[in-house]
Amino acid sequence: MGKWTRRGFITAGVAAGGVLVVGVGVREGHRAPKLAEMMTKDGETLVNVWVKLAPDNTVTAIVPHSEMGQGVFTSMAQMLADEMDADWEKVTFEQAPAHEAYANYPLGREFIMGDAKVPGMVQDTLNGAFLQITKSMSLQITGGSTSVRFTGMGGMRIAGAAAREMIVKAAAKTWKVPAKELRTEKSYVYHDASGQSATYASFAEQAGKYSPPTQPKLKTPDQYKLMGKSLARFDIPSKVDGTAEFGIDVDLPDMKYAAVMGPPVLGATVEAVDETYAKDMPGLVKILNKGTFVAVVADGYWQAENAVRQLDVTWTKTGAETLNSADIYSQLGTAMDDVTTSGKAKKDIKTGNVAKAAEGAARSYEAEYSVPFLAHAAMEPLNATAWVHDGKIELWSGLQNPLGVRDEIAGTFDVKKADVEIHNTLLGGGFGRRASPDYPLMAVEIAKEFNHPVKMIWSREQDTQQDWYRPASISRFKAGLDEDGMPVSWENLFVQKFDPPEASHIPYKIDNQLIQYAEADHHMRFGPWRSVDHTQHGFFIESFVDELANEAGMDGYAYRRKLLEHSPRYLAVLDKAAKAAGWGRSVPEGRGLGIALVDSFGTVVAQVVEVDVTGPEPRVIHVWCAADPGYAMNPDGFVAQIESGIIYGLTAALYGEITIEEGAVVQSNFHDYPMLRMNEAPEITVDIINSGAKVGGGGEPGTPPIAPALANAVFAATGVRVRKQPIANYQEGLT
Amino acid sequence: MVKLVVNGQEKTVDVDPSTPILWAVREQLKLTGTKFGCGIAQCGACTVHLNGEPIRSCSTPIAAAEGGEITTIEGVAGEDGTLHAVQAAWIEQQVPQCGYCQSGQIMTAVALLRDTPDPTDEDIDAAMSGNICRCGAYGRIRAAIKSAAKA
Repeated sequence: MGKWTRRGFITAGVAAGGVLVVGVGVREGHRAPKLAEMMTKDGETLVNVWVKLAPDNTVTAIVPHSEMGQGVFTSMAQMLADEMDADWEKVTFEQAPAHEAYANYPLGREFIMGDAKVPGMVQDTLNGAFLQITKSMSLQITGGSTSVRFTGMGGMRIAGAAAREMIVKAAAKTWKVPAKELRTEKSYVYHDASGQSATYASFAEQAGKYSPPTQPKLKTPDQYKLMGKSLARFDIPSKVDGTAEFGIDVDLPDMKYAAVMGPPVLGATVEAVDETYAKDMPGLVKILNKGTFVAVVADGYWQAENAVRQLDVTWTKTGAETLNSADIYSQLGTAMDDVTTSGKAKKDIKTGNVAKAAEGAARSYEAEYSVPFLAHAAMEPLNATAWVHDGKIELWSGLQNPLGVRDEIAGTFDVKKADVEIHNTLLGGGFGRRASPDYPLMAVEIAKEFNHPVKMIWSREQDTQQDWYRPASISRFKAGLDEDGMPVSWENLFVQKFDPPEASHIPYKIDNQLIQYAEADHHMRFGPWRSVDHTQHGFFIESFVDELANEAGMDGYAYRRKLLEHSPRYLAVLDKAAKAAGWGRSVPEGRGLGIALVDSFGTVVAQVVEVDVTGPEPRVIHVWCAADPGYAMNPDGFVAQIESGIIYGLTAALYGEITIEEGAVVQSNFHDYPMLRMNEAPEITVDIINSGAKVGGGGEPGTPPIAPALANAVFAATGVRVRKQPIANYQEGLT
Repeated sequence: MVKLVVNGQEKTVDVDPSTPILWAVREQLKLTGTKFGCGIAQCGACTVHLNGEPIRSCSTPIAAAEGGEITTIEGVAGEDGTLHAVQAAWIEQQVPQCGYCQSGQIMTAVALLRDTPDPTDEDIDAAMSGNICRCGAYGRIRAAIKSAAKA
């Protein structure tokens, strides 16, 4: 727990809140009345920010994260309830409102204290001004695989432990016995010596009078009762009977529907709108030219969508309408050439002396790789419902950063933050896309023209073509090799650095390293995409290492082992995946095994892919995955996340490619931006290693190794080296 | 005006007959369990049963359901609220992640098991490959179908 324990999180939280956050104290006396008003029903006592106790002894975890598939309500409640010794049968959750009091304190604090790598999507949201106090309190982000490792470890557990201590203290006072004679179990306090027992709730009022303890004692893994168990998710029953409410399901009185169209060439604006063919369409309420997009509001969404497609919009020229994908790759390559020539590449890592090592090397090996733009393609097309009324703005939507959106709305439409109310719903997939505030802002732009609510829904085509894309990128490597083919120097130049900063770093022990990058400017916009920069660097690095192994005449597993001798943790993960896959066995003609290892978001993951190339398309038969998240809080939930990350990454590796023609995105829907389907889905085996290392994330780390593991398997099967994603580009060469 | 039976109840829907069943069900009948995913019958999120057969409601006009019977995810459980074996298996296997595609997945699986009570992997591939899951829950969907088949 490092600094948390030493300083005491809650006290530190008070210090951080009291000192840094003007007007929003974290102290009971400042915050509680406000929170109580927002969060508690009659008779309930708010013990501290993340937990409340009802008179019926129900414990409610208040979760400051969005549910987008990762089971966060359950894992967060589980961590809190375990430390609290709460009765799981009587534990429930509420999603925190978009309010400063529920900003991700642990995330913010790790951020401010500088003792954690905080995802760049956070920095992005804060426009680089993260230490600005008011902004720093607007963190309510779900992304960067942060929930368990930051909010859970640094918030939920401590809140639960603190709540328990306060209840025990209250029981000791009430019963006039020493606290150390009390024990707690399933939301009851027991004094065995006198035979007394009572519910937590019976002490809630007294407990609420105490300040939270400065250093609540946390459990060690041998004391866990709920952590480490595969508890069933709270949200699943509602997801099998149609009752789960996503943003698109919001229904309000007198609501109308909006369909929108943005510029095909991103960055263009509306020059003219010809409404001839749209204006008399059935159900039409209003056609809106919003400058950066057009919208049609109608009685029903189908009517709105039909009408918006009949608008003839002339967009301004930005200069980008001459660009095709090849031009953009060429721009990226030129930016890299330029910094190579000028020596102005930005330094990422510099250790040892690469030039000297390369000089003394027996030989060198070079390769260049590239990845394309990717769209997120969450199943639920983007949508938001807004209602502007009585000087207030209400918004219903599935958001990865509800508090940030609240602030964006307040700033953009010049209303007080307190007059913006965000109703965050379930998210039908996020993957980073729902961290951008563009779509809720558009909904408000539209709704402010009316006195009734408007639900804006994007078509799949808009969702695909108006994304914030995983950037296209190129990476060039040069390694100096000794006589055995082992690397003595590692040079890497890539283009575009986003987040996390360590994504381009290698797990292997190579003394002389020079990792640099160039920056390139083009009109395509970027956003975080599941595992962010790790998606491309995982592919780049693990492909190149595999090429070096081949060059050395070794197999990829043995070669990596030699380079990982310094790290028992990496070796254990690599060995586990290789063993599960039966690495070294002979495979039938037309099949191949490939291996890759990536450390991302605090979790080390190795995967082995078995591919079959005898059919018309490469088919992944099986993926064996070993993952070390330090400790898996909900093992089945963690496995589900890894499985999901693998399928997400595999879809991209096989098919994923957004191309540009005349400045515009070509792909529009699932027919030309295909997704992996049931008949293509491999069997997946996931082994968890609870190594006891600092707890890592689960949502993203499954994604980065799959593309290189597949490319390496394809090489093993065919001798064809996939250097440009996706593999669909190599189809003809493989068969 | 289109007359039809939805989840066992007679309904009259006042929309243009060319309106896809999806939007009539969601907006007029307020049954929002059926989801919009692509609008072009590519993803299966909108799957409902029309006269017992799974169809893509985003691309089927409500006129096609005139006098017919539609079952949506809201009508899959028993009248007393007892979950369908497929729904129960979905919980048992902890299938859904974001959950958005699952109404469509379940509707397709219910039809599969009705016609093929003990499906092979090939049967499952053939029936389920029209339903995309971006959370990649395919392995769990397969396991849940097999589990429901045994129930």
